[in-house]
Amino acid sequence: MKISCQDVEKIARLANLRFEEQEIEAFRAQFEKILSYMETLNELPSEGIPPTSHPVLPSRNESNAFREDDPKSSLPQDEVLANAPRPGKGHFRVPKVIEKE
Amino acid sequence: MGYEAIMGLEVHAQLLTRSKIFCGCSTKFGAPPNTNTCPVCLGMPGSLPVLNREAVGMAVKAALALGCHVSAQSIFARKNYFYPDLPKGYQISQYELPLAQHGQAEVYSGERSAAGKIVNRKLKKFRIHRLHLEEDAGKSVHDLAEDTLVNMNRCGVPLIEIVSEPDFRSSQEAYDYLDYLRRTLIYIGVCDGNMEEGSLRCDANVSVRPSGREAFGTKIEIKNLNSLRFVQKALDYEIQRQVQVLTSGGQLRQETRLWDENNACTYVMRSKEEAHDYRYFPEPDLLPLEIDAAWLEEIRARLPELPEAKRARFVSQYHLSDDSALFLTYSPFMADYFERAWRVSGNAIATSNWIMGDLTRDLKVFGREIDESPVSAENLGVLVKIVGSGQLSTTMAKQVFEEMFKTGESPESVVQRTGMAQISDEAELQRVIRRVMESNREQVQAYRGGKIKLLGFFVGQVMKETRGQANPEKVNHLLKRELESS
Repeated sequence: MKISCQDVEKIARLANLRFEEQEIEAFRAQFEKILSYMETLNELPSEGIPPTSHPVLPSRNESNAFREDDPKSSLPQDEVLANAPRPGKGHFRVPKVIEKE
Repeated sequence: MGYEAIMGLEVHAQLLTRSKIFCGCSTKFGAPPNTNTCPVCLGMPGSLPVLNREAVGMAVKAALALGCHVSAQSIFARKNYFYPDLPKGYQISQYELPLAQHGQAEVYSGERSAAGKIVNRKLKKFRIHRLHLEEDAGKSVHDLAEDTLVNMNRCGVPLIEIVSEPDFRSSQEAYDYLDYLRRTLIYIGVCDGNMEEGSLRCDANVSVRPSGREAFGTKIEIKNLNSLRFVQKALDYEIQRQVQVLTSGGQLRQETRLWDENNACTYVMRSKEEAHDYRYFPEPDLLPLEIDAAWLEEIRARLPELPEAKRARFVSQYHLSDDSALFLTYSPFMADYFERAWRVSGNAIATSNWIMGDLTRDLKVFGREIDESPVSAENLGVLVKIVGSGQLSTTMAKQVFEEMFKTGESPESVVQRTGMAQISDEAELQRVIRRVMESNREQVQAYRGGKIKLLGFFVGQVMKETRGQANPEKVNHLLKRELESS
């Protein structure tokens, strides 16, 4: 499968990552290699086999893995904000995200 | 050229579970910021989600109430995007294989007349495309001039997203559908329907096209519609705006707009993160969700009577008008109040008149809901019964009602305390009438001489003597008899 530098740049943008030109070329080559390797799977006859998103299914085991609806205590506010670079008024503080036209 | 508007609604409803969808944090509204959070809902590395069984049960209940087909197996997916109120960098939602699909809402929907009245109500079917489970995001506060503040308490509160088909052709249809959806969720007890606090939120898709054309116009999304009235106003504004752009030769851009209530207009939402490529993929941390037939039936069996069925029953069982039935079944609490009062009074029309008139007016004045009424349903039933038996005139009953509303007393107790009762006893009334005739001999002579218009004068005098408590019909009848038998 062919992967272009634009593909890599798009994926990087969606992942909020920035790379140098040589890095992009390196990723392009690696992506292509990985995807080509995965393409060997296409050689198998897979018609009629449903896509497997998970190796186990509840019905093949005992049951769904549920939690009962019981509230548990949460973390104290200062611990929650301990990693925040500049908390404000008990909140996480970030650069403004919405602008009016 | 005439234009036709086409609208669809996406509704997010917070489920009334006590804890969040994937962790044990409380869902209580109004806690101090960031105090209902834990490593799971804050998206800390190494934490894992575990699905809340009750959230699934409530979502299935909503799906069944909206006539959806519930999938035996559905899967959770990651919707990837960056936004400050989404700590994991993805929202756990459903994409392929949602919980439920292909539903419909049968809504008693009308048209708005030029005078703003709703007319021509009839049953209309609006299709539901899908209903799925997901987690809510945190809340951004944009009050500060420089920065945005983020509160993660809402992050992980269970939501159902209900996506309609583009079936609405007027803002009134969209309004009626949303209103019906809201009432249904309240009826089945899965959402409190509070749009101001954001437990029910609505986004709308609007496009217009020249009448008769098949292809859809450019679709514009409107967000921030946090009341039923805003939805209608925003849709009306947006339809008009789009038609205006097109008729003046302009072109519409596909965009997201926000409703601005203060300026009564929509404006383009500008977000710094514009990646509309969510790269959904199956959530590896959660197993596929399986709902077997037994669980489905158990939930179906617990569904209460739904708003439209109740409205239809109120018309057929109590012979109420369509509008009265709609009013009385607006909320399950209202319907319950009516039926409890009716069981005592036995008179549906009179009971509905009291509820829709005096009771609703007084509740409004004091800002109370029907389930907080100081007049119990049973006491209202008794009052209606007393009036029906002729022991109280309508005027007196209204005074008794005001006392009941003030003190919460039963009508009997008010009547006893105030001595307010209609005098229907003939012997007693006759004594009063004789006394009145005794002290107004001239008028009696005049009446007997042909001035029969004086009857009104005598009725007035008897009422005065009895402080308005005499049964007017009986007084009329007895007065005529006494005056005409010289």
